[in-house]
Amino acid sequence: MTTLLDMRDISKTFGPVKALSKVSLRVNAGQVHALMGENGAGKSTLMKILSGAYTPDAGGEILIDGAPLQTGNPKLSKAAGIAVIYQELSLAPNLTVAENVFLGNERARRGIVDRAAMHRETAPILERLGVGFTPGTKVAGLSLGERQLVEIARALSTRARIIVMDEPTTSLSMRETEKLFEVIAALKAEGIAIIYISHRMDEIYRLSDFCSVLRDGSYVGTLERENLSAETLVRMMVGRDVSSFYKKAHSDGAASGEIVLQVEGMSDGRLVKDCTFDVRRGEVLGIAGLVGSGRTELARLIYGADPATAGKVLLEGRDVTPKSPRAALDAGIVYLTEDRKGLGLFLDMTIDDNINICVMERDAGPMGLRRFASAAKRSAGAFKSLAIKAPTPQISVGSLSGGNQQKVLLARLLEAQPKVIILDEPTRGVDVGAKSEIYRLIDSLAQVGLAMVMISSELPEVIGVSDRVLVMREGTIAGCLSPTADAPVTQEAIMQLSTGSHATTQAA
Amino acid sequence: MSDITEASAPGGAQQIRSFVTALGMLPVLILLAVGFHLMTGKFLSVNNLSIVMQQASINIVLAAGMTFVILTGGIDLSVGATLAAAAMGAVIMSLVPGLGWLGILVGLGIGAVFGLANGALIAFLALPPFIVTLGSLTAVRGVARLMGHDTTVFNANLPFAVLGNGSVLGIPILALIALLVIVLSWFILRRTVLGTWIYAVGGNQEAARLTGIKVSLVLLFVYGMSGLLSGLGGVMSAARLYAANGLQLGQAYELDAIAAVILGGTSFVGGVGSIWGTLIGALIIAVLSNGLILTGVSDIWQFIIKGLVIIAAVALDRYRLKGNART
Repeated sequence: MTTLLDMRDISKTFGPVKALSKVSLRVNAGQVHALMGENGAGKSTLMKILSGAYTPDAGGEILIDGAPLQTGNPKLSKAAGIAVIYQELSLAPNLTVAENVFLGNERARRGIVDRAAMHRETAPILERLGVGFTPGTKVAGLSLGERQLVEIARALSTRARIIVMDEPTTSLSMRETEKLFEVIAALKAEGIAIIYISHRMDEIYRLSDFCSVLRDGSYVGTLERENLSAETLVRMMVGRDVSSFYKKAHSDGAASGEIVLQVEGMSDGRLVKDCTFDVRRGEVLGIAGLVGSGRTELARLIYGADPATAGKVLLEGRDVTPKSPRAALDAGIVYLTEDRKGLGLFLDMTIDDNINICVMERDAGPMGLRRFASAAKRSAGAFKSLAIKAPTPQISVGSLSGGNQQKVLLARLLEAQPKVIILDEPTRGVDVGAKSEIYRLIDSLAQVGLAMVMISSELPEVIGVSDRVLVMREGTIAGCLSPTADAPVTQEAIMQLSTGSHATTQAA
Repeated sequence: MSDITEASAPGGAQQIRSFVTALGMLPVLILLAVGFHLMTGKFLSVNNLSIVMQQASINIVLAAGMTFVILTGGIDLSVGATLAAAAMGAVIMSLVPGLGWLGILVGLGIGAVFGLANGALIAFLALPPFIVTLGSLTAVRGVARLMGHDTTVFNANLPFAVLGNGSVLGIPILALIALLVIVLSWFILRRTVLGTWIYAVGGNQEAARLTGIKVSLVLLFVYGMSGLLSGLGGVMSAARLYAANGLQLGQAYELDAIAAVILGGTSFVGGVGSIWGTLIGALIIAVLSNGLILTGVSDIWQFIIKGLVIIAAVALDRYRLKGNART
């Protein structure tokens, strides 16, 4: 086993802030080295130093195959075989796969782009990756997962030996994730080292040979594959014990509470077909299913965000079928979007305005005059109850970390004093510490009697947090799983229902 | 990393920074004024400043309306044409014996109606603002010409001429109206729920809808407001000239209004900006026009210099913000 990459004593300061202090990382050829840590722990900074985007402070060094790499120069890093695939993909959708693979590195003859050569060179790489598209395919027509593979193809075209993947599966469907994992296995076999950044435990278990943890800019430790355990990792990441990660304190509402939300025969004429279910007071109903199974679409119908072609929503027995989000809000139903930045937050506005946006009309004086004092009171309350970490509510919400942004959105929903909360992927892109806080929040909201629906793609989460699990497949409800004292809901049961591989599992 | 540095900055510094951002173009304005004074020796006289204010006033009013629209991520190209139609209506009404004062209301009403028509098409039919107002720019110009049978209408005894030519304590009434509009706009944008909604719609329209904000109402309001203020601009213009011409009045005014808003630092995609910036932007344009005339630069060169200064000022602003806001 050869050490391919050796980062030694890497430090980085930004003005007064010490982002990294004496971090070391050794990565072997042909292995997957997972890098974990909460948001802000320094993972991205370390990777930016590796890629040459940042220059580290004096004192550290980076060795590749034992030879020192001059830091702070992206070209040299690239030439040394380092490629980074960032979360936000950097492809030009209007160009073809081959053109994207060679973007900024075009093959040309006498100043004229040589398409044929680019196609010729791309084809074998795509073959190696075993993808279903050709060099001439337009990127705009590819799914997110396929685009990721184009990024990997780009890395391979530059003969990369170390590929950094920053949360690559965040927006991938389960099938695409599987495909990515196959590709990772193939790359490993070719002797390429992969640095894999992720918050998802199951991926870390599955992929990594080693796992290093950073916390607050310092190196905490490295675990070998055999020693990986969720509790150890979480403890290393947050620096305290989080053994009760999914602890449920609320009583099992499914049995006791009265029915609050009834959804009857919801359809949208496209994907969602005839969905019927109900949620009780104090209950957390999980909704699992593959990406594209219609979970978000169903939630948006219940919230009135999209028009339903059939179906009713009853709240405490009353027909409230909302025609618009506003009607849903007025009735007492709120929805946390899965797309925090795209559909949730107003990134240029302050935390304070973001928290109060739903209720400022209710708080307002005559002529819609804003009452800033009551807004400040609400923000201060939310800061306290949700432990939002920011110096003041008056800074823009865009400057917060993912976890804190999610808390701001949750605070906005809670200010509306809802009876039903629909959470769509509430912990997506959120670090472990904030994750456990959000779980605790969901738990305590159930305790005070709210009815909650939680859509989640993370099976351990959906099992750990919910009282019952509804599984969707192709726009319909494939089944509902309730745990019993001696038979908890299993990941296998959910997968069977969501893929339809086992038709006779217990039905709703 | 920027979120850490950002987060560790105390609220006071943040406020100072946003203050500096808001005043972004003020130094440019002052520099231009001082520069012209040094070149001509008479720019900063009370008399000349009063003229500058007067010249700026109509553009300030149009640009205030434009600020509302651009904050939602839209654009209103029809303000110049609407101004012409409103001025025509105001002068024609002023000729009716005994009811001449109603010319003001007619002007405002015409502006509001055309603005609301724009707003309705944009809000309810979801048509792109650029296309809708490009269409109404042409159509409303036609209406303005039709109103006076394509001639200039005069009223030497215009009952509300004092608005255009009077002054209070040496300050032209036109300038006072413009300042009042700015203060009122500030109040709506920063002190009312509607104002916050305007920023929200501009920042993220779909998120605004999901938050329960009445997006179509907000859009209807901003275009209605822009139309109303164009109507006010028409009344001001009629009051100043004792006359209106459907063909010539307000030609290309929309460009000066848009330039003022952009010079003022309001983001073209919406969600970010301030009315004070717009005021400063409009004043820069007025100072340039006036100063170039005083220095005796030819009409042709005035156009070229004005255009280049606008581009340079915005480029400077972008450069400055780049070093400042790092998120």
